[in-house]
Amino acid sequence: MGLLRMLKNDKGGQIFLGVLVATLIAVPILHALPTDHPLHLSTYMVTLLGKYLTYALLAVAVDLVWGYLGILSLGHAAFFALGGYAMGMYLMRQIGERGVYGDPVLPDFMVFLNWTELPWFWHGFDMFWFAILMAMCLPGLLALVFGWLAFRSRVTGVYLSIITQALTYALMLAFFRNEMGFGGNNGLTDFKDILGFSLQDDGVRVGLFIASGLMLGLGYLACRVIIQSRLGRVAVAIRDAEDRTRFIGYRVERVKLAIFTFSAMLAGIAGALYVPQVGIINPSEFQPLNSIEVVVWVAMGGRATLYGAVIGAIGVNYAKTWFTGAFPDAWLFALGALFVFVTLFLPRGIAGLFKHSLLRKRAKV
Amino acid sequence: MKSGLLQRDRVFDFMTPKKVEGLDLKHGTVLYMEDVSVTFEGFKAINQLNFYLNTGELRCVIGPNGAGKTTMMDIITGKTRPDTGSCWFGQKYNLLQMDEPEIAQIGIGRKFQKPTVFEQHTVFENLELAMAGPKTIWSTFVAKLNGEQRDQLDQILAMICLTEEHSRLAGLLSHGQKQWLEIGMLLMQNPLMLLVDEPAAGMTHQEMDRTVDLLTSLAGNHSIVVVEHDMEFVRALNSRVTVLHQGAVLMEGSMDAVQKDERVVEVYLGQ
Ligand SMILES: Nc1ncnc2c1ncn2[C@@H]1O[C@H](COP(=O)(O)OP(=O)(O)O)[C@@H](O)[C@H]1O
Ligand SMILES: [Mg+2]
Repeated sequence: MGLLRMLKNDKGGQIFLGVLVATLIAVPILHALPTDHPLHLSTYMVTLLGKYLTYALLAVAVDLVWGYLGILSLGHAAFFALGGYAMGMYLMRQIGERGVYGDPVLPDFMVFLNWTELPWFWHGFDMFWFAILMAMCLPGLLALVFGWLAFRSRVTGVYLSIITQALTYALMLAFFRNEMGFGGNNGLTDFKDILGFSLQDDGVRVGLFIASGLMLGLGYLACRVIIQSRLGRVAVAIRDAEDRTRFIGYRVERVKLAIFTFSAMLAGIAGALYVPQVGIINPSEFQPLNSIEVVVWVAMGGRATLYGAVIGAIGVNYAKTWFTGAFPDAWLFALGALFVFVTLFLPRGIAGLFKHSLLRKRAKV
Repeated sequence: MKSGLLQRDRVFDFMTPKKVEGLDLKHGTVLYMEDVSVTFEGFKAINQLNFYLNTGELRCVIGPNGAGKTTMMDIITGKTRPDTGSCWFGQKYNLLQMDEPEIAQIGIGRKFQKPTVFEQHTVFENLELAMAGPKTIWSTFVAKLNGEQRDQLDQILAMICLTEEHSRLAGLLSHGQKQWLEIGMLLMQNPLMLLVDEPAAGMTHQEMDRTVDLLTSLAGNHSIVVVEHDMEFVRALNSRVTVLHQGAVLMEGSMDAVQKDERVVEVYLGQ
């Protein structure tokens, strides 16, 4: 099978997918153990892990465009947040009459603003499939329009990174406004059900965790398929010598646009899985710092490996959870220090370390 | 020893460029550049340049540093847009209205002055990427090498003496090998017209000899413009020579005539 053949050359990917599958099996089992069992995994931990998996998917999306295409996107959190909002809108509509104001259709914040009708762009979000579709298509559409404008005018490098920051910042300001119809600075929250099941239910939490893991695995494989195709080699060619790629006849702008849009859709899916697990989506998800953090995860894990992005996302976020518990104010300093350390001593990130030892072993044989 | 491919009596089919539809070459001229001028921040890099190339001709362009040789290639390949003038490929294609990939697709290939290969790709992959054929997103995504293409690749590998290096990263090659790889990529594109900017730089004498053989064997089926500094190399190519100076043609003629010309001597000595 093509997929197996593809994975044969991807040692890191094999290990990563193996660990992922093992985790997806082990976590529900550990969670099912009696509460007083020493290996019991709390619902809180399951959800925390699920959240990390969605971050990992976001990091994979960023690594695809940064590691393989050379576009340092500092705006991917915007695509993640848009996917999150699409899911949030569905979850709001699921609340129905159970809101504080008891309006069967309008979410609470709209009643509070004295709105009498559902805005047109909220229609359809009562259907799960539609919300999922939008969680992919809205970020994709934004990436398509943004990328078309940016790549066509051949903005590259730092300038492109800066305008991606501007994009996410502009969206943050827009979503802060109550008139936008997305709950203003409170965002969307107080969710009750997903697909008719209570979000407080343990089984639903485990289900969301598994869904996040499956999407991470699928997202990884999809990116691998692209990278291993000739299109993927063209992407790397663009990263390393953009002009040369043009002069042998490739439409560089279109390749960038296609891969950038695909990556934004992956980020959107990650966001859609994130929101039901954390229970809230608000404009702070658009803040420029979030996008920068994702890039830091990828750099630490090891750029242009995909599984490195996963290691970085989970590792850094685990450290963050621990750190903000122990020393709440020091996290950003710790992150900065870690980043400096990795850039100085591990230029290829944690995955680079791993690759290095693999090569060494091969050399010894 | 000469490889068989370089002998004129043995020309492989794939080395014969395909006819480009609508490209009318019956007037004998493949490239027309008329009255072309380019200004960079007030500096005239190309100054009312006129340049014509016959179909199948091999032409050397020489001139002191900064004469505008590379800029001329930039104009032909769509990288730089001139302020005035016209630039046609055959009778049909107005090159000034096309962008780089379009120009590459109609059969104009280019080797850069500074050898530019894809350093993180293997030699084989470099050639594969350059191969002629559809280059849309989808066709690239699903592309698979067939047997014929693989043969073609192997033949070019042999021709540029990189068969043993085929799975090495291009970034690890020597300067001369990179030059060869770039020439190989040019051949994979199978263009009608080749623009070759300073191919001999960084090459050993042996490598230069082989390059001369290769370029002369390609002439006839391909139209070729070679920019070079190395006078020995230019002499060995034994072709018509155009001397560029301050963005315009100073003179044109055989190498002997050029070297005897007072103005040319003055330009080179005046440096
Ligand atoms: N993009 C550019 N911007 C400004 N000046 C340029 C640019 N490209 C070339 N030039 C100038 O134009 C002149 C011609 O350059 P070039 O065509 O590279 O010369 P040659 O290849 O004959 O040595 C040089 O003086 C160079 O500095
Ligand atoms: Mg030059």
